[in-house]
Amino acid sequence: MLQNVGFMGIFLGILGRFWPVWLALVVLLTLSFVFRRRLGLYGHLISSGVGIAGVIIVGFWLFTALFAGIVAPFGPLEQIVVMKHALPGSIEPATGIPYYLGGDKLARDVFSRMIYGSRIVLAIAPAATAISLMVGSLLGLPAGYFGGRIDALLSFVANLVLAFPVILLFYLLVTPGIMDTPVPYAMAGFFFIFPILFLCALFYTGYSKQKVKLITLLGLTLIIGGYIYMGLVFDRDPLNIIHIEPNELNIFVAVAFASSPGVFRIVRGLTLDIKTREYINAALTRGEHPWYIMLWEILPNARGPLIVDTCLRIGYTTILLGTLGFFGLGMSSESPDWGTAIKDGSQFLRLYAWPALVPAIALMSFVLGLNLLADSLREQSLRD
Amino acid sequence: MLKFLARRLGIMVLTMFCLSLVVFFFVNLEPNLKRLAIFQTQQRASEQDIENWLTRNGYRDNFFVRYGRWIGVVKQQPVVDPETGAVVPRFRFCDEPAVPAYNGILQGNFGCSTAFKTKVSNRLPQGLRATGLLMFWVMLTMVPTALVIGVLAGMREGSRLDRGLSILSITSTATPEYVSGIIFSVVFATWLKVLNGSAATATSEGITFYNFTLPVMTLAIYGVGYIARMTRASMAEVMSSQYIRTARLKGLSFRQVVMKHALRNALIAPFTVIMLQFPWLLSGVVVVEAIFRYQGFGFLLVSAASNNDIDLLLACGLVSVAVVLLTQLISDIGYAWLNPRIRMS
Repeated sequence: MLQNVGFMGIFLGILGRFWPVWLALVVLLTLSFVFRRRLGLYGHLISSGVGIAGVIIVGFWLFTALFAGIVAPFGPLEQIVVMKHALPGSIEPATGIPYYLGGDKLARDVFSRMIYGSRIVLAIAPAATAISLMVGSLLGLPAGYFGGRIDALLSFVANLVLAFPVILLFYLLVTPGIMDTPVPYAMAGFFFIFPILFLCALFYTGYSKQKVKLITLLGLTLIIGGYIYMGLVFDRDPLNIIHIEPNELNIFVAVAFASSPGVFRIVRGLTLDIKTREYINAALTRGEHPWYIMLWEILPNARGPLIVDTCLRIGYTTILLGTLGFFGLGMSSESPDWGTAIKDGSQFLRLYAWPALVPAIALMSFVLGLNLLADSLREQSLRD
Repeated sequence: MLKFLARRLGIMVLTMFCLSLVVFFFVNLEPNLKRLAIFQTQQRASEQDIENWLTRNGYRDNFFVRYGRWIGVVKQQPVVDPETGAVVPRFRFCDEPAVPAYNGILQGNFGCSTAFKTKVSNRLPQGLRATGLLMFWVMLTMVPTALVIGVLAGMREGSRLDRGLSILSITSTATPEYVSGIIFSVVFATWLKVLNGSAATATSEGITFYNFTLPVMTLAIYGVGYIARMTRASMAEVMSSQYIRTARLKGLSFRQVVMKHALRNALIAPFTVIMLQFPWLLSGVVVVEAIFRYQGFGFLLVSAASNNDIDLLLACGLVSVAVVLLTQLISDIGYAWLNPRIRMS
């Protein structure tokens, strides 16, 4: 029989394990409050109750992912045989550290796995959202601005993707078999080119008068971007720094693919609205290039709704990642990410609730934090 | 209106065509065909045997010819055994016509399921009926709940009731089915023991409150928040409009204003949202059926995908895409019909 630290022991123990996170949160919040007046939108954000709750929850998970190595007492794959299906709070005999939230069916620490899982989620979800943001913007801007055939074609394609139920899309796109075909690499090649294109277009239109600056920025973008592109898409990084597992690439691309049309629609709608404004006419009269107007006049003025949408979208991407994990698509079966952990735990749910319940609540709280953040951002931007 | 309808229908057919091509392409990827052939030729086949099997059964024909056969606009050739010269069906558990014939989706033939060893058309309606039942109950609980919450919250914007209900709906939109399903089964089935954590008996013995509440609740909860937020926004907008102020000023009670003047106009926007919930419900159904072991459409889709059952997966893909497009069409038409300003233009 394993010794148990009891309810208070679990509670205080977990609070204690998170010490670097609390420290970082206190520093963050103190700094935010001190410089509140100089921080613009963010400063307004932390003066409302909902906003501060959102900042705290999202910050909590961000710092947890950063300090995962310090917070988690055990490794994500470490199996200690006696701890199989251990009750929450059972003390592991060798080290004397308890399994705060119990052990799972392979005798791994549920608490540590949940902590390490946050790393995977917080690495993929924001990055995939960023990619879909660039794809959506770079396609949505001309669709809204030029209208006509381009708009009809792009909107049709976006609606095609949106008409797929997400699950079906994932079952078609994220399978072990598809890694033998060029499909995921072609898609990765398509999606990862957009950040490079985006930055190039941005610099080219913005700094066309300052030749030196333009050449340096373009050169840097092409070299660094091209280097990362080689590493990610072709796995041909000469120095082997940039590397991504094929299954992770597959997941990443599928998630970015599923959420790009949503961004496209929003950017297109915003562009349609903004292009009728006075300052766009002014820019047109000055004889500015259409891409300059789109990237330097319309896009900055669409930032309010876009930031709100990005917050919601990171949450949505997290849910999508969880879905992939839950159906065992893409992720390796040992991966500590929350979706896979929920799937594993739900097998013995009626006997041992904790292995599934813990990652489920973690996922929910992270998405909730993002949604609260988005809600209060929307409210603040409406007030201005 | 008629022109609008024809245009929408035309776009829908075109979309349907493109999507079915995409589905057909992805389901028939080379690794999937290989796996099917290995499975059908009893594992120990050589590379040549696999190739022969694929060629003999027409899997090596031109992509568009095969697509045409599947749809039913190109004649399907009977499979002939090269040694005996006799006609053998592709799979021994389904019969196929012995003469070349149009035999595809348009003729009502969805092909042959290798996972269930029967014709797809024997399994699909059954699954769709089960899922339809689930969806019916979800809609029946989700829509009224969401509308009531949304109207109550949007009635007096910024009130304490509004704040409370808004937080509640935000929480529900942050809870995907696989999370709420887990939490509900732990709370209601394991701890309180008032509900059944499995809906497996619903398929065999019919649905009861005991075995069907959890799946319905789990599916409804995510949508409730979303629809409620839309309703709230729409209601709040209506409540701040001029004609509501006029109604208040002429002395109508708050209750009368809400019931008679505000409600009808506030419910136009949520209508579209409700219809657009279907595609997402379809994904939710797959998750919920997996958690609660309910044998409906989602169960078929998951079994088809995990067993490399090409024909069944094609059929499931086609059905789900059709459902999504149909609901989009209904939502468009309904919106135009409900909102006179759009109908005119």
